[in-house]
Amino acid sequence: MPNRSFFWFFFPAGLAMILFIGLPIISTGIQSFYAQHDQILIEVKKCDPFGCKTSVVVDQEATSKIKEEKPLGKFNGFGTYIDRNHLASDQVSEFWSESKSLGEFIGKVGNLPFYKALVFTLTYCVIVTPCVLLLGFIIALSLNAISRRIRGPLIFGTILPMIVTPLVGSLVLFWMIDAEGIIGANLQILMDDPYLSVKSSKALTWITIIIYGVWHHSPFAFVVFYAALQTVPQEPLEASIIDGASRFQRVKHIVLPHIYPVVTFVALISLMDNFRVFEPIIGFSAEGSAQSLSWLIYDNLVNEEVILFGSAAATSIMTIVGISIILTPVLLRTWKEFRTNR
Amino acid sequence: MDFGLDKKSNSLKTFNTIFIVIWLLLACFPFIWTFWGSFKVRADFFSRADWWYAITAFNTLIETGARFTKEAYSGAWFEGEFWKASRNTVIVTISVVSISLFLGTLGAYALSRSTKNYAFWILIIALIFRAMPHITLVSGYLFPFFQLQIWGILPTTIVVLVAINQPFTLWLLYSFFKTVPKELDESALIDGCSYFQAFRHIIMPVMWPGVITAGLFSLMLAYNDFTVTALLLNQENHTMVPKIQSYLGTNQHEGNLMWAVSAVVSATAPLFLLVMFFQRQVISGLTAGAIKG
Repeated sequence: MPNRSFFWFFFPAGLAMILFIGLPIISTGIQSFYAQHDQILIEVKKCDPFGCKTSVVVDQEATSKIKEEKPLGKFNGFGTYIDRNHLASDQVSEFWSESKSLGEFIGKVGNLPFYKALVFTLTYCVIVTPCVLLLGFIIALSLNAISRRIRGPLIFGTILPMIVTPLVGSLVLFWMIDAEGIIGANLQILMDDPYLSVKSSKALTWITIIIYGVWHHSPFAFVVFYAALQTVPQEPLEASIIDGASRFQRVKHIVLPHIYPVVTFVALISLMDNFRVFEPIIGFSAEGSAQSLSWLIYDNLVNEEVILFGSAAATSIMTIVGISIILTPVLLRTWKEFRTNR
Repeated sequence: MDFGLDKKSNSLKTFNTIFIVIWLLLACFPFIWTFWGSFKVRADFFSRADWWYAITAFNTLIETGARFTKEAYSGAWFEGEFWKASRNTVIVTISVVSISLFLGTLGAYALSRSTKNYAFWILIIALIFRAMPHITLVSGYLFPFFQLQIWGILPTTIVVLVAINQPFTLWLLYSFFKTVPKELDESALIDGCSYFQAFRHIIMPVMWPGVITAGLFSLMLAYNDFTVTALLLNQENHTMVPKIQSYLGTNQHEGNLMWAVSAVVSATAPLFLLVMFFQRQVISGLTAGAIKG
């Protein structure tokens, strides 16, 4: 296709992506170097019959004036990145010199907001992704062994958790698991602990969110694996049965190697999805004990008094860095595939 | 893997069936339970005394005189103005699907027919854009949108959702157009058609299977979105998902949980029906990028 026609065909889609994905990323980058203005304080001298007092008050007029002049805030350089709510370089080095053991140091650093969120996000990714792969694969194998006639409705039932939005999915689970719901109430009876509730303990909240993650993402892995299983060649399988291979051996030596590229694809996609975990935290109202990087950004953006653009932007940029690290293998794979295809 | 040679033992068959049944219960029961509970009063569905009340409808009988009540629905839809939210969702979804399909088919067709290097780089950039967490993009939007005073209204959100949706639509339709033989439109070009005429008369009649799949995914993205709609729309213009969140209540104001329950059911039902009818397209879309690799 000549360049000219290509340009006109692609122009609308390209413009939309540049304006609303490319520019916002740049805008986030710029915002991360600015912080909201300090309030301008003035000393006011008040005199009454009992004498004069000076007090410090906020100069509303001057504060709003400077906000109007420079709506982006004051230039802060990398200040936001290294402040207490982000990388907290001062606190970390202080903890390093103070702490007697490595465990104490890690414990202290893990209580800083950014690292706390990072630890949760990574834990979630590292546990949920392999579980999703495994569960998805087992469901695909066992659905594949069931009679073709009833597979349609079974597949429909299987993909339900995936098609609802994460907020709705987590709410539906939360209402059952909560102390007043069906599972929560029965757990209380089972454990003989009338105060047992998901919200009460940090570990339980984490486990719940992780179970939700597996529940929500497994259907995706299932669908892809199931489609891949349909393409497994039959001859080697038949040959291996004649040679006396057990079912497990067949899966390990023939099925798995065949669908291996698909496994890496699913692993990377779900890793990327899991890295941006955010809605379940709202659905489970788990802000108290589980915070993710995306949730930190959201929290800054819905701040009641003043929206912390700079702080949100700095976290965003660091999230983007994290995503790019995960993304690199995907890009390399696509690149190779594309080169070999032409 | 079902063929003559493969004799399954009975125990394996039983185990398999049990596993599938358990998994289906796990996958579907929460939805069935929520649907059932949405016709009860709060004291039953969120029972402090005994969860069995949700089944026997103890309090529902006392409060309304019947085992099932539509109270939660009428409350959410009228008092809670869920009708407004669903109207907004319909507007947003229809606009996003039609605009993003329009842009996506044109763009993806061009990408699939170009042999230049830049087409490849555009696809790579689209892949990077697709991986961006939406919340990081939103943190980039808010400030400029406040400054331009286009925050809070539906058109802004529609355009943003279209753009966010473009990378995936482009990839999906790109791999679809690759399967449409080049000779088809090339022969039209030789006969003197312009590229646009070839697209209009040769490609458009055969592109519908791919377009339906891409349309379904745009629809699910627009319909299900929370991050963008919750932060870029004002209270008045909220779509269904942020509206559900507002029913949950915060520290400042108390919500109405039963409204949220009925709203969840109302918002989920159309989606399930849709997927029931278009199951094949959804699955083919999900596997589009993966199987060839």
